[in-house]
Amino acid sequence: MHLSEGTSPLIEVRGLRKVYAVPGGEVVALDGIDLSIERGQIYGIIGMSGAGKSTLIRCLNRLDTPTDGQILIDGQNILAMNGKQLMTMRRKVSMIFQSFNLLMQKTVAQNVRYPLDIVGVPRAKSGARVKELLKLVELEGKADAYPIQLSGGQRQRVAIARALASDPEVLLCDEATSALDPMTTQSILALLQDINKNLGITVVLITHEMAVIRQICSRVAILDGGRIAEEGTVDDVFVHTRSAAGKRLFGILPSEEDDAVSDVPALRVVFEGGKEGMPIIAGLVKTCGVDVNILSADIKPINGQPYGQMLIESPDDPSVRQQVIQYLTEQGLTVKEVRQG
Amino acid sequence: MNWMHPLWQVPYKVCMDGWKGLGSFLHGNIFGFIYKRSWDILWPALGETIYMTLLSTILSYIIGMALGVVLVITRKNGIKPMPKTNMVLGTIVNFLRSIPFIILLVMLLDTTLAVTGRMTGTVTISFPLTISAFPYVARMVEGSLIEVDGGVIEAAKAMGSSTWQIIWKVLLPEARPSLINGFSICMTTILGYTTMASVAAGGGLGATAVTYGLSYRQYDIMYAASILLVVLVQIITVSGTSLSRKMDHRIR
Repeated sequence: MHLSEGTSPLIEVRGLRKVYAVPGGEVVALDGIDLSIERGQIYGIIGMSGAGKSTLIRCLNRLDTPTDGQILIDGQNILAMNGKQLMTMRRKVSMIFQSFNLLMQKTVAQNVRYPLDIVGVPRAKSGARVKELLKLVELEGKADAYPIQLSGGQRQRVAIARALASDPEVLLCDEATSALDPMTTQSILALLQDINKNLGITVVLITHEMAVIRQICSRVAILDGGRIAEEGTVDDVFVHTRSAAGKRLFGILPSEEDDAVSDVPALRVVFEGGKEGMPIIAGLVKTCGVDVNILSADIKPINGQPYGQMLIESPDDPSVRQQVIQYLTEQGLTVKEVRQG
Repeated sequence: MNWMHPLWQVPYKVCMDGWKGLGSFLHGNIFGFIYKRSWDILWPALGETIYMTLLSTILSYIIGMALGVVLVITRKNGIKPMPKTNMVLGTIVNFLRSIPFIILLVMLLDTTLAVTGRMTGTVTISFPLTISAFPYVARMVEGSLIEVDGGVIEAAKAMGSSTWQIIWKVLLPEARPSLINGFSICMTTILGYTTMASVAAGGGLGATAVTYGLSYRQYDIMYAASILLVVLVQIITVSGTSLSRKMDHRIR
């Protein structure tokens, strides 16, 4: 496939839908996704598990076939491609996986050579290319090792070398660092960044870890319930998080599971920015004349604004409790009563 | 068991005279003078058994391997999903597998005659043996191929492999240790089937054991033939297992 240089985005997704049939109904995994990814970007897609991000990235190389919509890669509609065209496209759109997916009965060198073998590159030529790729991922000494002898990080490096063997334009990363420890994650991310910078390969990665996005991505899309909740440059999305999904992901809003029960009757006070420098507790004590017992608090300043939540003991007297709730609500905070467990 | 029973004489003579003792037992036991020399009977029978087993195993693997691959790739989540084909083939395999060999042998007598030109003999018996064994082989191959990690197949797909390339370069090589294990299991099963070949005058150790044990009451030959069968099964199983382990690069 000839990919021409142009101003149009390298990957364009329009109105993408994917519906799975399950016993007794259907599950909508993707519900109208629009995306455009420019050449040379490191584009991150983040979401909770079940948000549809895996389905989305698997649609980009047609490992999954969407129910509806369009995917253009360099202007070519990959949903209209036949088997042969798909094979050619997939050599230009490589992929790495969370579980590495190496051939366990083949050596490192044989794994990296696989994409060259299947297009009939002669051994003499592919040997040099394999060497070069192993050098790029810093595994020169491991050419004859078998995957079982390698650590997780080394296996992912082999997978990256293998993905690069076909000289791709795009590298899709399906939770590529999720199975790795933090140190190894760092080194793999650095490698991906190098590849992006030095080889000019566009990287699309999905993850559930915001640290990954923050570290290497230039743009990010937040996926929630099969829709894009928010999209923009990483700086912008992190600083001015608008969507509830984004706030939950970044730990600004409590996630749903936090709505658990408390030992004593309690009130949950949620801070969503805009209350900087306001002495809420002092005000509460003064106005309502109650002693406030803070059970827990998790508030982070983001761009100078407080985000997070606080759990305070609920007064026993219903009228006082009402007063407290009223005061806090007047201050623009969200207050919820927490069930006693 | 009676001390004079021939079976007791085997370990006794082996202990006394080593392997020569087995030889002397087979050659000249107390009734030896009225029988043909035992090795003259057992030696060709061993050859026939090996011949039948190898030929039938190879033939049934040619058919069974292909069928096993088709059964795997046409599955619902396979690389070439064809649920209807899969169901039809699966049904045929199950049907053939449920007919006991001894019955299939009789059912196939006319077909055997048509295909091989004879009804009896070592080569001829390989035809019904193959027909009986290939569905078993197909299921065995299917089982080995299903074990291959779906993620690896997906990765191969994502690299732009064709279906053939996935079969030849991923599915079969990744399943190799398991396929070798399955091969030795199938071979011992086929070896077991060959003993029933006596019905169609197929010869071999099984026929020898049955003939000499049942008709002539010459138990020494029967036991010696059985021991040779046990030894054969052991050789096949042990070499299959060790080769499979040796070939498996998932073992550090």
